Amino acid sequence: MRVQTTADDELALKVRTVCADVLRVPLERIPLSARFSEDLAVDSLFLVQLAIGLEEALEVDIPETALSTVQTVNDMVVYVASRRGDCS
Amino acid sequence: MTSRRVVVSGVGMVSPVGNSAEAAWRAVASGQSGIGLVGRFDASGFPSRVAGEVRGFCPEQWMSPRDVSLSDPFLHYAVAAATMAIDDSGLMDDERARTRTGTCIATAAGGTSVLLAQHAILASKGPRFVSPMTVPFSICDMASGYVSIKFKLEGPNHSLVSACASGASAVGEAFHMITRGSVDAMVAGASDAIVPLHLAAFASAQALTTQDDEPCRLSRPFDRGRSGFVMSEGAAVLVLEERERARSRGARIYAEVAGYGSCADGHHITAPDASGRGAARAMCEAIGMAGIAPRDVGYVNAHATSTLLGDRAEVAALRHVFGGSLDAIPVSSTKSTTGHMLGAAGAAEAIFSIYAMRDRVLPPTINQDDLDPDCDVDSVPNVARPGSPAFVLSNSFGFGGHNTTLIFRHPLA
Repeated sequence: MRVQTTADDELALKVRTVCADVLRVPLERIPLSARFSEDLAVDSLFLVQLAIGLEEALEVDIPETALSTVQTVNDMVVYVASRRGDCS
Repeated sequence: MTSRRVVVSGVGMVSPVGNSAEAAWRAVASGQSGIGLVGRFDASGFPSRVAGEVRGFCPEQWMSPRDVSLSDPFLHYAVAAATMAIDDSGLMDDERARTRTGTCIATAAGGTSVLLAQHAILASKGPRFVSPMTVPFSICDMASGYVSIKFKLEGPNHSLVSACASGASAVGEAFHMITRGSVDAMVAGASDAIVPLHLAAFASAQALTTQDDEPCRLSRPFDRGRSGFVMSEGAAVLVLEERERARSRGARIYAEVAGYGSCADGHHITAPDASGRGAARAMCEAIGMAGIAPRDVGYVNAHATSTLLGDRAEVAALRHVFGGSLDAIPVSSTKSTTGHMLGAAGAAEAIFSIYAMRDRVLPPTINQDDLDPDCDVDSVPNVARPGSPAFVLSNSFGFGGHNTTLIFRHPLA
């Protein structure tokens, strides 16, 4: 089992913060378990808007082809982490 | 007159003189100006530094914060005004109304702020950072679209543009859609928002006043001291309904839409035909449709924006239509208090015309110190006056030579 690191927590918080900012909701409404479509009313169009916000804030590329695999906030954190790992 | 008649059953407005139709009317009728120095951005280097800005307006009251953040003020104002109008009408109390209610919310310029912001992102960051909301939230039809989505309206849904006549055109075309049986109700009006680019552009076109002493005194239609119009913004929306349907559900009926005239000057992209021929034809068409004589018009709400050419051309047209009877017909311009709300003006002035009939109060043209002899009308100078018009005529004209006239009948006339 992978141990959650401080860096993981930090990234998760950053992703959640960007989502809260773009969606204009309080941070507590964006738990890692939140589903973009069912819980946050984020459709495919708005998911692209979120991705743009994350790209700017986290300096990472999120190709639109990847968005179809992202269902939850945690999925997004995992995906961003993998992209950052690729860049390091 | 067609067999289907059309009435107004709801109104809503966001404006520099108030963020509801009633508040705006109270200000207009009491001669309170909504014009001041531009406060929303630094206009100190602009040729024109005054405007009628919407103030104290909270778009999150009408739309989700998420949508507010990505969309344009023109949309915010439109959604607010339309929501107020629909609530005022009680139309949605009957779910069955949805399939037979359409929208036509016009605009002169649409979502320009969104376009400009996203263009800046394109230029500085590149195409991948352009928002996917750019197109939906900038195109001119989205006020109509968003309102139809919010209220799940399934009737015809489109916008139109006739520059500063857009709001009046929307009401007139919605009227026709009801009379021909396409729909039973329409949510019709218009919205426009101030954008720095347009403030600069209108000034470049020599259309705006460039003074800034006593801003509330600068919109002065018909006055010899006028020096151009004052740019303003906002949204105004009316609910129009087929008359028998409105009556059968016990709707409050503000007025009947009795006549509509629409034609073009065929003359110039910005200047009106000084002869007033085009405007006169629009007025005559509306008067003919209403089945009345010109002298039956008890009040004219003029387009008059406080420009030298425009005010004179409109008076020339009025003389052509009314002849000697014009001397007995008050003609005032509420743009003296609101400024020029661009596309929204015609719809806002339709509402003021209706309220004038309801309250038996003719709103003033303020800032009347010295009437231009070429604008020899009874402009209801400076102070409102009692009056009981059975029919009110409202003019709206636009760049491109658009001439639009609406006539409203008092519900008891």
